[in-house]
Amino acid sequence: MTPTVPAMTDAVFALALALLLLAPLAIAGVALINTGLGRSRSAAQALLGNLAIVAVAAIVFALVGATLAGSLPGASGGAGHTFHAAGKPWNWAGAGPFLLGGLSTAPAQSQLALIFEFLAVAFAALIPWGSGADRLRLTSGCAAAAILAAIVFPLLAHWVWAGGWLSQLGVNFSLGAGFLDPGGAATVHVLGGLSALAVIWIAGPRKGKFPKEGLATALPGHNAVYILFGCMISLVGWLAWNLAGALIWLHAPLSALPVTAVNTLLSASAALAATFAVTRVRFGKPDASLCANAWLAGLVASSACAALVTPGESLAVGFIAGIVTPLLVEVLELAVSIDDPSGAITVHAAGGLLGLFAAGLFASQPGQLVAQLIGIATLLGLVLPLVYLLFWLLNRVLPFRVDPDGERIGMDLHELGGGAYPEFVIHRDESYR
Amino acid sequence: MKYAGLLVMPAGFFLSIAALVLFPASASRAAFVVCGLAVEALGLGVAVRGHMPQRGASRP
Repeated sequence: MTPTVPAMTDAVFALALALLLLAPLAIAGVALINTGLGRSRSAAQALLGNLAIVAVAAIVFALVGATLAGSLPGASGGAGHTFHAAGKPWNWAGAGPFLLGGLSTAPAQSQLALIFEFLAVAFAALIPWGSGADRLRLTSGCAAAAILAAIVFPLLAHWVWAGGWLSQLGVNFSLGAGFLDPGGAATVHVLGGLSALAVIWIAGPRKGKFPKEGLATALPGHNAVYILFGCMISLVGWLAWNLAGALIWLHAPLSALPVTAVNTLLSASAALAATFAVTRVRFGKPDASLCANAWLAGLVASSACAALVTPGESLAVGFIAGIVTPLLVEVLELAVSIDDPSGAITVHAAGGLLGLFAAGLFASQPGQLVAQLIGIATLLGLVLPLVYLLFWLLNRVLPFRVDPDGERIGMDLHELGGGAYPEFVIHRDESYR
Repeated sequence: MKYAGLLVMPAGFFLSIAALVLFPASASRAAFVVCGLAVEALGLGVAVRGHMPQRGASRP
C-alpha cells in the first residue's frame, strides 16, 4: 500500500530543509566523540575513516540503496515489492527510480525524505567505525559501510518510513499508528549499534585489553575535550534531526515542534544527571567519558520518542538511560569481554531500543506498544543476524582486523604513514611488554 | 555455539510475526510477541557467550 503523503506548505518545506542542513552536526559530534575515545596513535585514521565512511555511504546509497528504500516515487508509483500472506500485504522492499531519477520533479515531501535518508545512512554507517577503533582497517570499515548503505539500511528505511510492512502494522493489524521512529532511533542508532556488535565480534578485542589474569585493562580515550565538545555539537544536530523527523515522518504541526525540542534536551540532561550521580556514587568522582556516553544515550532515546511523549515522560526516559548506561558499559566490558571503545552498543543500540519501547509505552493509541515490540523484534531477530552474516562474509574477503604490527605501531603510522599529533611524543603501550 | 545463538534469534522474530497472524485478540497477541522477544534474548545471550574471547587470547 502506498502511503498517502499530505501536501507540504512552502514555509514547512523551508523549515524542514533548514533543519536538515543543521542535522549533520550530530554526525560531526559523534565523529569527534569517537575520535576522542580512541587512542592518540590512531586519531587521524579514526577521523579520516569517519569522513570516508560518510562519503562511501552517500555514494552507495545513491547508486543502489535509494532504489531499494523507495522514498522517491518510481515508475510504478512507488508502491514497492509486496507479497501476500495470511490475507495481508507485506511490503518488503521499495521500487524507487534508478540513480535518483526524477528527484527534481518529485514532491517536496519525497525530496526531504530522501535528504533525511542520506544523512541517516551516513550516520548509521559511522557508528560501528568507532567500536572498531585501533584495530579495524580503513578499507574494511568503508566496505562495511557500503554493505549497510546498499542492503540493510535501505530495507529497514523502507519498512519503517516508506510504506513498508512495519509502518503498515496499524493499517493491517490495528496496531496503533504502526511502528513509529520519527528520529531514526531504529534505522540509524539501533542498526548502527548492532552493526558495532557484529564488528566487535568479528574483529575481536584490542591487544592487551583482556589479559590472562585479573580485570580488563583500561584503555582510556586520548582526548576528553574532543569527547565533551562533541557532545555539545551533537545537541545542536540532534535538535535539528528530531524536529526534521517530526515534520517529515509524523507530519507534525509547527506548534508541536517546541515540545519536541524541549523533550530532546530534557532526555539528554536527565541521562547526564543520572550518570553523573551513579558514577559519583560508584567511583567517588563523576566519570567524564561515561557522562558523555550517557548524554548521547539520552539523545538517542529521544530520537524515538521526543516527538511522541510529554516532557515528564521524556525526563523519565532520559533518567533510565542515564542509570543503565554506566552499568551496561561495565557489564559488557567486565562480564562478557566486549571491547567497545566508543560504547556504541550501549549508547546507540540500548539507548535506541529504550526509546522505541518508551514510544510505545507512553502512546495513547491502543496497540502501539505491540507495534513497537514488533519493530524491536525485527531489529534483534532479523537485522542483527543479517548484518553479522554479511560482515562475516566480508571479513573472508577483506579482513577486518589490521595485522599485529599495525596494531603495535598504531593505525595512523600503519595506514596513513603519519600521526595526528606529529609534534607530540606518542606513549608506548605498556601491555605489550 | 556463537552461530547457534544467531540462528535462534530469527526464530524469535518469526514467533513475533506469527503472533500477528494467529492471535487477533490483543492480550494473547502481546503475550506471544513478548515470548518471541524472549527467544531472541535467549539467542542473543548464547551468541554473546559464544563470542567471549578466551582470557589472554588478545595478548600477543
